[in-house]
Amino acid sequence: MHYVCQNCNQARATVHITETMPEKHERHLCDECAEKEGVIVKQHHPTNTILQEFIKHKTGLGGADEKACPDCGLTFREFQQSGQFGCPNDYEVFRSLLEPLIERAHENATHHVGKVPHTADESLKRQSGLTRLRRALQEAIEDENYELAARVRDEIRAMQSADAPES
Amino acid sequence: MTIDDLTNTTGEWLRGEGPDSDVVISSRVRLARNLAEYPFLSTASETERTEIYRAVTEAVATNAGWSDALSIDLTEADEINRALLVERHLISRQHAVGEGSRGVTVSTDETLALMINEEDHLRTQALRSGLQLDQIWKDVNEADDALSQQLAFAFDQQFGYLTACPTNVGTGIRVSVMLHLPALKLTKEIEKVARAARDMRLAVRGMYGEGTDAVGDLFQISNQTTLGKTEEEIISAFGRDIIPKIVEYEHAARESLVRHRMYQLDDKIWRAYGLLCNARCISSEETLALLSPIRMGIHLGRFSAFGQATLNELFLYTQPAHLQKRHGKPLEGEQRGVARAEHIRGVLSR
Ligand SMILES: [Zn+2]
Ligand SMILES: [Zn+2]
Repeated sequence: MHYVCQNCNQARATVHITETMPEKHERHLCDECAEKEGVIVKQHHPTNTILQEFIKHKTGLGGADEKACPDCGLTFREFQQSGQFGCPNDYEVFRSLLEPLIERAHENATHHVGKVPHTADESLKRQSGLTRLRRALQEAIEDENYELAARVRDEIRAMQSADAPES
Repeated sequence: MTIDDLTNTTGEWLRGEGPDSDVVISSRVRLARNLAEYPFLSTASETERTEIYRAVTEAVATNAGWSDALSIDLTEADEINRALLVERHLISRQHAVGEGSRGVTVSTDETLALMINEEDHLRTQALRSGLQLDQIWKDVNEADDALSQQLAFAFDQQFGYLTACPTNVGTGIRVSVMLHLPALKLTKEIEKVARAARDMRLAVRGMYGEGTDAVGDLFQISNQTTLGKTEEEIISAFGRDIIPKIVEYEHAARESLVRHRMYQLDDKIWRAYGLLCNARCISSEETLALLSPIRMGIHLGRFSAFGQATLNELFLYTQPAHLQKRHGKPLEGEQRGVARAEHIRGVLSR
């Protein structure tokens, strides 16, 4: 059963509320009237609006959006569809494509200010190596290439011990 | 400590005692972090996901800041326990219904919680009652410092802390303040406030975050921009500017109600009490809607049948998971409404 909004008597009611004052009764309102009364808070998804921005500006990349991250394999086009990055290295790989979008999303800000982890320098090295190596290891194991797997495992260990944060 | 021990208290954030607690229910700060050496969760394999989970839980287990903390593997927790954690604001709804290796670690007083493998590898939160932003920033900042001694976080000189979604990049900080605004709602000024907040690039949502309605006149306001300002700048904009202004509006609206619509106001408050005392079947939404004018009544000195502590208790223990947990077994539909009404009458006849 469809109701017409009891407030404006025009739009279709989408919000149905049971009020208890002064006595129990039902009210049917359209989105707009419900929002005006504060019955509902319209969802202004920050992620979605910013995502739309990302998608809107994807034309004219001239195939640049087909480039894939060597670590996780994500393309910029895939990012624009999901709004999610695949690995930390994507920020490096897609930096120039990303800069204008980040700027729009963050009120024209282009650079981080604020807290810096004390492992900042090391983490840069780690993030663009270990994911790749770990996946190479996985592949080597799946291919039953144990010699290669052993080599990759050594490389991973060397990298981990080289820049493990001091405890 | 176990998850069942949680059920017996109402948690720090619901004490209702912090500064400006007549309007500000609670303050929360969350920091998003990711391990530098692992992919984000959208592309992580199940093995990688499990390794991330293990790396973080191991770090937490040996971290002095989290001694005696309760660690919950959400893949092992049942639906009611997961919902209980949502109702206590310790995990997001998204985290409760998520898939794969994930969990949460909660400090004994529930002021600190660490979600593992939600949207980012780590989301550390500090949560307290009332307007206590400086304190919770201190709490979460210290927790983050301690964790960064053990875990290397993904970080970039230009973009700051790297997050799965670039809307959180930079500081990775999300400040949220939960407000009780019954007078602004009654005087229909709430949308004006919400619009002003949105113009300032703030998000306005219902109690349980994204996608929830403002039940019980509870509104959550949070920042959306995370890059280009320091954590302290973002916090102080909230604590010294935005929130005090909204509190002032709500106070003015309450004064105006007392002055111009006193009988209607008192009638609303005491009728709500009458309904709570006599209902035989009641939903959690209706309960929250009835507790709202009563909470305002307590703070305006116009309601005397019970105080803030009882109100807090009713607020939390009438929510579905808490109710069922207390009851000792799952309750369906009408049964739940009946049990809730019984519980309320029990508390109010003490
Ligand atoms: Zn309408
Ligand atoms: Zn990648």
